[in-house]
Amino acid sequence: MECPLTSNIRRGQPPLDIAGYERVGGYQAVRKALATMSPEAVTQEVIDSKLRGRGGAGFPTGQKWSFVPRGEAAPRPKYLIVNADEMEPGTFKDRLLLEGDPHLMVEAVIVSAYAVEAEVAYIFIRGEYRLAAERVERAAAEAAARGYLGRNILKSGFSLDLHVHTSAGRYICGEETALLTALEGNRAIPRAKPPFPQAAGLWGRPSVVNNVETLCNVPHIINRGAEWFRGLSLGPDGGTKIYGASGRVKRPGAWELPMGTPLREILEQHAGGMCDGYALRGLLPGGASTGFLTADHLDVAMDFGSVEKAGSRLGTGTMIVLDDRTCPIGMLRNLEHFFAQESCGWCTPCRDGLPWTERILAAIESGEGEDGDLAVLEMHTQCLGMGKTFCAHAPGAMAPLESGLRHFRGDFERHIRTKSCPWRT
Amino acid sequence: MSTADDDARLAPEEVRAIETLSRQYENKRAACIEALKLVQRNHRWISDGRLRALAPLLDMTPDELDGVATFYNLIFRRPVGRHVILLCDSVSCWIMGHDALLQHLERRLGIRRGETTADGRFTLLPIVCLGHCDHAPAMMIDDALHGDLDAARIDALLNACRGAVLRWNAR
Amino acid sequence: MATIHVDGRDYEVQPTDNLLHACLSHGLDIPYFCWHPALGSVGACRQCAVKEFRGEDDRAGRIVMSCMTPAADGTRLSIAEAEAVAFRKSIIEWLMTNHPHDCPVCEEGGECHLQDMTLMTGHSYRRYRFTKRTYRNQYLGPFVGHEMNRCIACYRCVRFYRDYAGGRDLDVYAAHNHVYFGRHEDGVLESEFSGNLVEVCPTGVFTDRTLANVYTRKWDLKGAPSVCVHCGLGCNTIPNARYGEVRRILNRYNGEVNRYFLCDRGRFGYGFVNGPKRIRRPLLAQDDGAAEPVAPTVALGRWASLLRDGRAIGIGSPRASLEANFALRALVGPERFHAGVADAEGRLLETVVAILRDGPAPAASLRQAEDSDAVLVLGEDAPNTAPRLALTLRQAVRRAAFALAEQQKIPHWQDAAVRDAGRDVRSPLVIATPDATRLDDIAMATLRGAPDDIARLGFAIAHAIDPAAPAVEGLTESAREQAERFAALLQAAARPLVVSGYGSGGEAVIRAAANVAQALRRTGRDARIVLTVPECNSLGLALMGGAPLSAAHAALRDGRARTLIVLENDLYRRADRASVDAMLGAAEHVVVLDHTLNETAYHADIVIPAGTFVEADGTFISNEGRAQRFFQLIVAEDGVKESWRWLNEAARAAGKSNARWDTLDDLITALGEQLPALAAIRDAAPAADFRIAGNRIRSAPHRYSGRTAIHADLTVHEPKPPQNPDAPYTNSMEGYYGRMPPALYPFFWAPSWNSVQALNKFQDEVGGALHGGDPGVRVIEPRPGADSDYAQEIPRPFARRDGEWLVVPQYRVFGSEELSALAAAVAERVTGPSLGLNPEDAAMLAVVDGDAVALELGGASHVLSAQIRPALPRGVAALSIGLPGLPAVALPAWARILPAPPELRT
Ligand SMILES: Cc1cc2nc3c(=O)[nH]c(=O)nc-3n(C[C@H](O)[C@H](O)[C@H](O)COP(=O)(O)O)c2cc1C
Ligand code: SF4
Ligand code: FES
Repeated sequence: MECPLTSNIRRGQPPLDIAGYERVGGYQAVRKALATMSPEAVTQEVIDSKLRGRGGAGFPTGQKWSFVPRGEAAPRPKYLIVNADEMEPGTFKDRLLLEGDPHLMVEAVIVSAYAVEAEVAYIFIRGEYRLAAERVERAAAEAAARGYLGRNILKSGFSLDLHVHTSAGRYICGEETALLTALEGNRAIPRAKPPFPQAAGLWGRPSVVNNVETLCNVPHIINRGAEWFRGLSLGPDGGTKIYGASGRVKRPGAWELPMGTPLREILEQHAGGMCDGYALRGLLPGGASTGFLTADHLDVAMDFGSVEKAGSRLGTGTMIVLDDRTCPIGMLRNLEHFFAQESCGWCTPCRDGLPWTERILAAIESGEGEDGDLAVLEMHTQCLGMGKTFCAHAPGAMAPLESGLRHFRGDFERHIRTKSCPWRT
Repeated sequence: MSTADDDARLAPEEVRAIETLSRQYENKRAACIEALKLVQRNHRWISDGRLRALAPLLDMTPDELDGVATFYNLIFRRPVGRHVILLCDSVSCWIMGHDALLQHLERRLGIRRGETTADGRFTLLPIVCLGHCDHAPAMMIDDALHGDLDAARIDALLNACRGAVLRWNAR
Repeated sequence: MATIHVDGRDYEVQPTDNLLHACLSHGLDIPYFCWHPALGSVGACRQCAVKEFRGEDDRAGRIVMSCMTPAADGTRLSIAEAEAVAFRKSIIEWLMTNHPHDCPVCEEGGECHLQDMTLMTGHSYRRYRFTKRTYRNQYLGPFVGHEMNRCIACYRCVRFYRDYAGGRDLDVYAAHNHVYFGRHEDGVLESEFSGNLVEVCPTGVFTDRTLANVYTRKWDLKGAPSVCVHCGLGCNTIPNARYGEVRRILNRYNGEVNRYFLCDRGRFGYGFVNGPKRIRRPLLAQDDGAAEPVAPTVALGRWASLLRDGRAIGIGSPRASLEANFALRALVGPERFHAGVADAEGRLLETVVAILRDGPAPAASLRQAEDSDAVLVLGEDAPNTAPRLALTLRQAVRRAAFALAEQQKIPHWQDAAVRDAGRDVRSPLVIATPDATRLDDIAMATLRGAPDDIARLGFAIAHAIDPAAPAVEGLTESAREQAERFAALLQAAARPLVVSGYGSGGEAVIRAAANVAQALRRTGRDARIVLTVPECNSLGLALMGGAPLSAAHAALRDGRARTLIVLENDLYRRADRASVDAMLGAAEHVVVLDHTLNETAYHADIVIPAGTFVEADGTFISNEGRAQRFFQLIVAEDGVKESWRWLNEAARAAGKSNARWDTLDDLITALGEQLPALAAIRDAAPAADFRIAGNRIRSAPHRYSGRTAIHADLTVHEPKPPQNPDAPYTNSMEGYYGRMPPALYPFFWAPSWNSVQALNKFQDEVGGALHGGDPGVRVIEPRPGADSDYAQEIPRPFARRDGEWLVVPQYRVFGSEELSALAAAVAERVTGPSLGLNPEDAAMLAVVDGDAVALELGGASHVLSAQIRPALPRGVAALSIGLPGLPAVALPAWARILPAPPELRT
């Protein structure tokens, strides 16, 4: 089984330096793309690869790039921005890549920036990822020293400046338009779309925002071709995927597997199944903002379409497992607390609705639930849907709540009826 | 948004570092978050005085800079202790026993979440998911990430801190 | 045009608008908060949700924000659809979770947009049972109060204050449901437009502190359409009164003039009306010099005896109505009527009139100025001399951003997106002034120079545009290049604008501005001009004509005149002390009509209590040449009366045959006959006999309460409301209210719309003209085919002098204007007089900021505090003028400056 994303990563060891990285074929994609391919050709290869965004929304990457205005008339400068904010609870895949193979990240940036003709790139790393930021900064410095960054890279005429920006912490910074606002030195408030960042993004200029894992695929696609990349996958979406699991499983962790690996295989084989004495009650397949799947869904293939068909979203592909000895209402309270705290405060439903759901859940959990509380929660799951709030933060917050109300209805009712939490005794 | 002032001066090196930072962006303002972090690394928190000293270097008013500073989690506008303990309170860590660890920490330090010990050594704060979920429960002390926590491991970490040299300027 | 289908009916709309704008314009009710017609859409509050359907077969539809959705042809939407209704209701429910529900003690109660919207959406039952968040409030200065707990986080305040008005000391702090709107720390809001927060905020966070001090509910406040008296722009206002006192000023929408916003001087300057120095009864000077109140008949008798010898002369006033000035002119005779302004200012105003009349560039209304896509400011410090104009110019520079956004297919109302896309893109604004201005931050270029150099720049630009305009001799190469560059910017614009005026202090500057406008016009550009004037009726007085002030002095000195009648004018603000002393000393008798005691009044034999703008009706002509009527709000119950009426009564008492006006309309008719150029002022508003269905218009809202109780301490009988013979109002809550001629609205109210947002119901289209057209008539337009000759007299370049400085005027938004400075709230904002100096000049004088310096000017020495002004050119000093306690001086003038001797320092 091929693991292009993680093949250089050795647990517990420092990442490859530039010499080591070059030795295993590193920066070949830069050489190939800059010397032999046009930006359009690179973009086309990525389109053909059927690479979809790994940041959560799953937008086809090549297609996103194709919306960037090109040529002489395009506004300048153009920007490529790596979304390394990774603050989705339960998600720890981008850190693995950034810390484990920083040169792959740098190479990915160069090739991708070339594809969209960007002359400036930013890697937007969440503030807590100090080690990741250090390693990527060092890798970028090494790459610059070897002529992979800066003016006229490898005499191709293409120039690129790469900056590492470390954030000061806010989940909303991961939302791509809020990220742009943050990068400009503002409060990270999302922007209305249209205009899309590809047309008017950072400082009003054409900008592309992509997730770390998404971009790390690009050098491999260039080196080995779209067809090879599609072949890695078990389903319609190209490539591999870093899946993960946390919670009461025997071996929590992250694994690079073919896109479309069945949920059961990930949970039982790679994560080793549930810890002894614990049984599976449900799981959030791709981070806090995806809806619950249950034991009934274990045969679902973990690709974008299949998970959606099962009533949830692939999200980041890192699952959070709920066991039978943990209160689902408590878990939802914890989740909604997170989302309420991390609301940017711009739009009413999210700013004022999420804290209300958190408080109701806390009341129910502590035995102070009342008749009508579930109706209020349901009102929120309906009124905080996509398009009703300004960005996707609040709809994300409602995914676990809406599915939780469905799957754990009996638990809710029992809490309210008995005025107590069965898990708290 | 006012808090007591300690000092309102920025060191010349800080001013120079901030000027260097702002060159990475299209305008000075864009460097404001990193500038705040830089000043915070040196002084642990952003006092009103330093905020006011910093604003003009970024072509901002104190009001504008404070609007940004108060938005972000990792900018401290109130004094913190010599070590900042960030205990992850997000979902995976919660499942893996966050509540008990919090109680343990609070008992050990004699403070509640959000407070600083009387000797000024520790501040205990909640933090959102640290991306260390496969080693939940997790926390950060200053710059260092720690996972697979239990009461014993926490005690060991606290004891190590008590003897440790401050790492504020290390990057 | 496009057609949209709303709940089964078709409406014709502009496809370039959004759905909210389109629906409100058609009178449909959709609740909203964050959207504002002048601020555009940002989609934050989510209150304006409606259901949009993809086609006839789409039954499900989807919720969209009407403010963020284009009114594209064929759009199908429903306001009434159940899910949309429920969603809008839930928005209010969320907003209310933390709201304190303190309506009974809230200044906004009864005119609160949040109250209106709460009722409109039907939210009435509280389900949220948890504790509310609470905030600490801030002290924001004398104008605006702060009660953060009432905040619903619509972000309008910061969007107005920061994005629209350019203020930088109000911001939003923290995140999620802790967002806080205020200053970094307690302190006075710096922007001179802060008062608009009171109207922009849809609830009671930002409130009018001057009202709060004597709080009254909206429904207990009477209103009258009025015009601001604190500068020459003629912003429309609605003063509100209770118990015979003015309690606040509201903006009165005029689509051509001030639209939605006022400046703080205009909003909070009214305090002089209630001031302790008001003259309420006639006063007669006694032999011992003391003034004694006397009965009106006594005062009139004495005054009449002075008039009988025929040797009275009059001094009019640019802050008195046309009618009052005309009555004085009629009383003393046109040849014996003097304009009450300094001679130099009189010449300047004549120049302004000539430029506007002889064309070819027409005066721009504020709306037209906002539409300009390139602006040249010559000499004018607009934020201080004509603040509302400055706010307009801030919007004018956004034309380029709108154009850029349009290229990117971003509609103009998408506020955040337009600002993001057009971030640093601005249409050209070039500001040439002696000192820095508060508009410099948005200027493409700023130039600093003495007035003569600014004039030369203007002349050079005109020449660069049209070679037929006179060339400037001795220009440096770089100055010529600069002029050519600015000329090119103006020529490249579709609607260029030139701004100048009284603030420049020099006629040459104004003539240069006229040359530029004329050159643009002659070369085929649709150029307009704005020339500011200092006072609310400066232009009216200039159009009426009158001899200069010095002629009045001469007449008194020569004995051609014995009695001097001064109308609403403190002469000590017009000329230096010595000459005013001499003039008043030369008069045997002085009669002063004014509303507030001032130095001139202390020299009077008779003081007559004149009405202020709220106690009188009349007409002002703004700098644009717009004649606008203001109406009486308070019927004074003491001796106070309109000046024109006093003058008429004096004429009657003296047996003058022309004293035949019983009403204002009589007077206006006579005025039109004698001064045909001003006859059109008759059309500024309907006459006093105007009726709708036989009714007068009510000036109090229909819930006006406690009418019998108001006077209960005096009598339990309900007094008959006083009748004003000069205006079609009832002075009570009886009478008509509904569609009416737009000049007459005493307040804006519509069923379910109790806040200022009711305005939507009174406009042809949201943000457009009022139904029936915006009020006011332009009485001055370029003569048809006008194409006067270019001004030829170009001043020589400014040359510094040894040991002398050219002193230019520095105006202050708070303090330089006479009446507003008498208002307690404004007085708090007035800082002491100062003399601005270039840093090198200051160093040469060995003074630092704040040191006392002596200014020797016109034979007198004044001690002032030095203010280091880095932008001022060397050899030029800027004297704050018009401030209380500082004598009047004619500027620009050469003066000596010395460090003040220690014994003179205070
Ligand atoms: C509230 C919120 C938080 C997000 N956080 C992240 C994040 O931390 N990292 C990330 O890559 N994408 C995040 N996203 C998704 C981004 O908006 C965006 O879709 C993504 O960066 C695009 O990259 P991709 O196409 O490569 O997936 C977030 C979205 C939302 C609504
Ligand atoms: S849904 Fe609204 S308040 Fe929530 S994060 Fe997005 S924009 Fe901000
Ligand atoms: S008015 Fe439309 S979202 Fe606020």
